[in-house]
Amino acid sequence: MIQAFINKLLTPPKGSFGVAAEFNSVDSLMAAVLRSRAEGYTKLETYTPFPIHGMDEALGSKPSVLGYIVIAIGLCGTATAIALTWWVGTVAYPLVIGGKPLWAVEFTLPIIFELTILFSAFAAVFGMFHLNRLPQFYHAMFNYSQFTKISDDSFVLVIESADPKFNAERATKFLSSIGGSAVEEVAK
Amino acid sequence: MAQMTQELLEKDRLALEEMNQPLITGNPSYHDVTRVVSQIVEVRTAKIWWMALGITGGITGLLFSMLGYLVWNGIGVWGNNSPVGWGWDITNFVFWIGIGHAGTLISAILFLFRQKWRTSINRFAEAMTLFAVACAGIYPAFHVGRPWRAYWLFPIPIADHGMWQNFRSPLEWDVFAVSTYATVSLLFWFVGLIPDLAILRDRATTKFRRIAYGVLSLGWRSSSEHWKNYEKAYTILAGISTPLVLSVHTIVSFDFAVAILPGWHTTIFPPYFVAGAIFSGFAMVVTLMVIARWVFKVEHIITMKHLENMCKVMVATGTIVGYAYATEFFIAWYSGNQYEQFTFINRATGPYAWAYWTMISCNVLSPQVFWFKKMRTCIPVMFVISIIVNIGMWFERFVIIATSLHRDFLPSSWGYFRPTIVDILTFFGTFGLFITLFLLFLRFLPMIAVQEVKGTLAADKH
Repeated sequence: MIQAFINKLLTPPKGSFGVAAEFNSVDSLMAAVLRSRAEGYTKLETYTPFPIHGMDEALGSKPSVLGYIVIAIGLCGTATAIALTWWVGTVAYPLVIGGKPLWAVEFTLPIIFELTILFSAFAAVFGMFHLNRLPQFYHAMFNYSQFTKISDDSFVLVIESADPKFNAERATKFLSSIGGSAVEEVAK
Repeated sequence: MAQMTQELLEKDRLALEEMNQPLITGNPSYHDVTRVVSQIVEVRTAKIWWMALGITGGITGLLFSMLGYLVWNGIGVWGNNSPVGWGWDITNFVFWIGIGHAGTLISAILFLFRQKWRTSINRFAEAMTLFAVACAGIYPAFHVGRPWRAYWLFPIPIADHGMWQNFRSPLEWDVFAVSTYATVSLLFWFVGLIPDLAILRDRATTKFRRIAYGVLSLGWRSSSEHWKNYEKAYTILAGISTPLVLSVHTIVSFDFAVAILPGWHTTIFPPYFVAGAIFSGFAMVVTLMVIARWVFKVEHIITMKHLENMCKVMVATGTIVGYAYATEFFIAWYSGNQYEQFTFINRATGPYAWAYWTMISCNVLSPQVFWFKKMRTCIPVMFVISIIVNIGMWFERFVIIATSLHRDFLPSSWGYFRPTIVDILTFFGTFGLFITLFLLFLRFLPMIAVQEVKGTLAADKH
């Protein structure tokens, strides 16, 4: 059984991740995305050296949910700070200084504020990692021959195999017809 | 009449042209930007870098030996003594923390205001923030006297003492503010670096570099899905860093303002400290940037326009600081409080008058030259002024701390603060640490936010 498991780990995944094509500018990539959508493809993904304004709308992808994660965790930070200062001040170690109350919002506000910010920042960063599935040291796209050019100056469009309309041959032909270069089927 | 209209129109056209000047000059391609910035970390290590690192490393060693000497002998090796219980340590703490603030301002506040010119300088300024906060953190940690007990400042439930913190104390607020600031700045900086680390990974020619940058870039693959969440995270971090940076120096100023000491107990402190922090931070960015853009030949990415904008920020914040100095005097007179009045008259005419007038000339007078475009665009002038400003801002903190403390309410406990050689060498040593960290940053990480500059380029091209 262990042997079977190891074999499963060692055999590379089969099948195709999708068909990738390279474009040389923001505008030609954008045009290609719109053409592909018009053609009926729905599982599209672009790879670009910098974020492109309006690409999410063009691809029809939903807005990021990161904001909700950050609000929820940020409020946990607020609650943590209130609970901490209250418990420390009134239960664990009550100190009477200058006749001031054991707990009051005025003097704990800086702590409440800072912990809210701290929790929100962690939520923003690790929430983003989670949504982007990072760290991830293997991904099918790393197999694409032009992958290392993407971070430099290449604009890539992929029609993924998860697309219900996907057919490797047809997708290849289509991407070439709309001006894509280095059109390749990318292994999973 | 017609001629006048013509002239005015011409003037308008020229002004408009200047406003629309491209931020990146020479019209480079995306690949040019990648290459220019990446090459800085990819070429063979220059001999001069090793020499510089040797010198600054030695100075850092001096810092650590001074700190070791302090731990061994106790806090008495510093000049702090009654009545001046806060001396150079807290001066230096506020000085370094203030320098850090320009980094956050550039990366967060200018981002929210969509100031595109920040993209060439934000990575650099954020690195400066981190290293400045590291230098700042040394001082309170060692000023507690028994630094091996410094963790008592944090509410950690490992009860080797059964005690808990007093959350009414501004010093405790400061612990939370500065540690949150350091953590968030590090996170913000790292998030910004990920796509650029991926560039270095993709360009790597050796296995070691590919693995090292590959691990650091976490498997970033520049997909639109990645960018979507990344941009959201970046915007949120900018949004929360903005009130954070304001809160940090506000809380630092509370260390003073919440005390009832004349000269400290004023409501003007929070905005006055924040303006001063931005002022000194921008001065430090200019000092470092002028050297870096010349050494690394990135004058077309960090252009004169960037430097000029920073000079404008310096004249604005320097003038705000000058206004705050004037307001302090006015309120001291207007309050009718004789202790308050004495403190301020003593500041300007007493034993520390030399420090006070150094502060005024460096902080208020010297940046006024930046009203003139010739001066704003002259590199030697801005380099010298930026150093003068930082000297002035150090003196500001020293003046606030020493002049308010050295004349106690009872003349029998009056005194005069003198730094010891350990004070001086420790402060000198923090510059060694700061520059050492900077040299390591310049050598191993992209000093310019490549993907953001490309975004700006794309916007310019449209």
